[in-house]
Amino acid sequence: MNLRPSHYLRALKGIVWRELLRFVHQRERFISALVRPLMWLFIFAAGFRSTLGVAIIPPYETYILYEVYITPGLVGMVQLFNGMQSSLSMVYDREMGSMKTLLVSPLPRGFLLTSKLLAGVAISVIQAYVFLGIAWLYGIEAPVEGYLTVLPALILSGLMLGALGLLLSSMIRQLENFAGVMNFVIFPMFFLSSALYPLWKIRESNPLLARIAELNPFTYAVESIRFALYGQANPEAFLVAAAALALFLGGAVWGYDPTRGMLHRKSR
Amino acid sequence: MSPQNALELTDLSFAYGAKKALDHVSFTVASGRCAILLGPNGAGKSTLFSLITRLYDSASGSIRIAGHDLRSAPLKALASLGVVFQQTTLDLDLTVRQNLLYHAALHGLDSRTGQRRIDEELERLDMRHRDQELVRNLNGGHRRRVEIARALLHHPALLLLDEPTVGLDVPSRKALVDHIHALSSSGKLSVLWATHLIDEIAADDAMIVLHQGTIKAKGDIPELLALTATNNIHDAFEVLTSGRPQ
Repeated sequence: MNLRPSHYLRALKGIVWRELLRFVHQRERFISALVRPLMWLFIFAAGFRSTLGVAIIPPYETYILYEVYITPGLVGMVQLFNGMQSSLSMVYDREMGSMKTLLVSPLPRGFLLTSKLLAGVAISVIQAYVFLGIAWLYGIEAPVEGYLTVLPALILSGLMLGALGLLLSSMIRQLENFAGVMNFVIFPMFFLSSALYPLWKIRESNPLLARIAELNPFTYAVESIRFALYGQANPEAFLVAAAALALFLGGAVWGYDPTRGMLHRKSR
Repeated sequence: MSPQNALELTDLSFAYGAKKALDHVSFTVASGRCAILLGPNGAGKSTLFSLITRLYDSASGSIRIAGHDLRSAPLKALASLGVVFQQTTLDLDLTVRQNLLYHAALHGLDSRTGQRRIDEELERLDMRHRDQELVRNLNGGHRRRVEIARALLHHPALLLLDEPTVGLDVPSRKALVDHIHALSSSGKLSVLWATHLIDEIAADDAMIVLHQGTIKAKGDIPELLALTATNNIHDAFEVLTSGRPQ
């Protein structure tokens, strides 16, 4: 009988390793995950270059160009899409059956799902750094130490968005329903957040939208990243993102529980 | 402790909403036996397998695998179980060995033990020389062999096979059927094999006939023939699943 801590560690290693292997095999996925935010950066942001006017907002200490402003938001976008992508692959795994291999292994389901989540986060962090590297070459430079201090924020937001993906995957009946997720989760989450425009700017034109953006957990993921990239902590954003993580992960574990979950209603 | 039975199902019922899929199902698979779960499509075989693998949980009845209750000691019970699902569950873009290493990790085998057992199991199935190939490049029969090797890596007490020969050509099917029977006749492994193909049954297999969610008959082949007053399994199966009086 092999239920020692070393078993857990080996299983975690195996799950992360498999996910990395699959990622390496899917080059298109990696490239498209990068092309999307780069289009925003190179094209969209270039068009709105001076749109922020002369306001100085923390964590920035000087006037900034729009490209600088949206870079953390685009890092968030990379992670948001990655979270949804792993959710998609969970639904796919379930339809193809490889999810069963995972779920019949002799480990608690919460642990298996958390491992799956961590594996997704590892990939999401790698992608975020590659994006930041390209942005740096393009001339968007954060302080050098910022690239280190941003790591915990990347992990947290990766976890939160990955957990959201897990939760969605436990609720989505079939692969075809995934388009709905794009329309009803990814786009509203991205646009109704501080990723593309500061909250004060939204509030000026529409207080209700600003209020919604304040309730959007993605706003807090983006703000964690933004502050951490400039070597500053934003405890409020960090805590809200952590609370959202706990909520989403709890929901996902519940959704995959064989006694209460939705698996059997779905798999007919 | 060497439990008497590799699998014990007691009074198991399961329903999808109002539709009953399994109705008070009880049977056992003795240690070292190969038991055939025979039933037409829609008999409840897949539901039964989902319950034994804990993909679903049933509120009524109990399942014990190698003496471990699946509800109160799920991890020990699952550790004693090897499964080959009806659908292929291998990662097509990984190599044979990578697929098996992943499974070894999920079962907590250290890498040396994992590698050694992978060699052993692949050797037994004559697949050792193909371990670096992508699963995508294997044919159906070879994929099945890899899945059987995988299910045996952690040395389970019970091997579950859910119609493993679906989609295989005749020689691959025969090879697989022979291999499984050879494994169980070594006495170390018990097998529960769901099928609707009568020619996969060996003379000394135990039989469980499932139809419309209930057990119609169980026992050795002579018992089944006596019960149905027939002289071959095919006729016996006809009688048991047609609703004609026995």
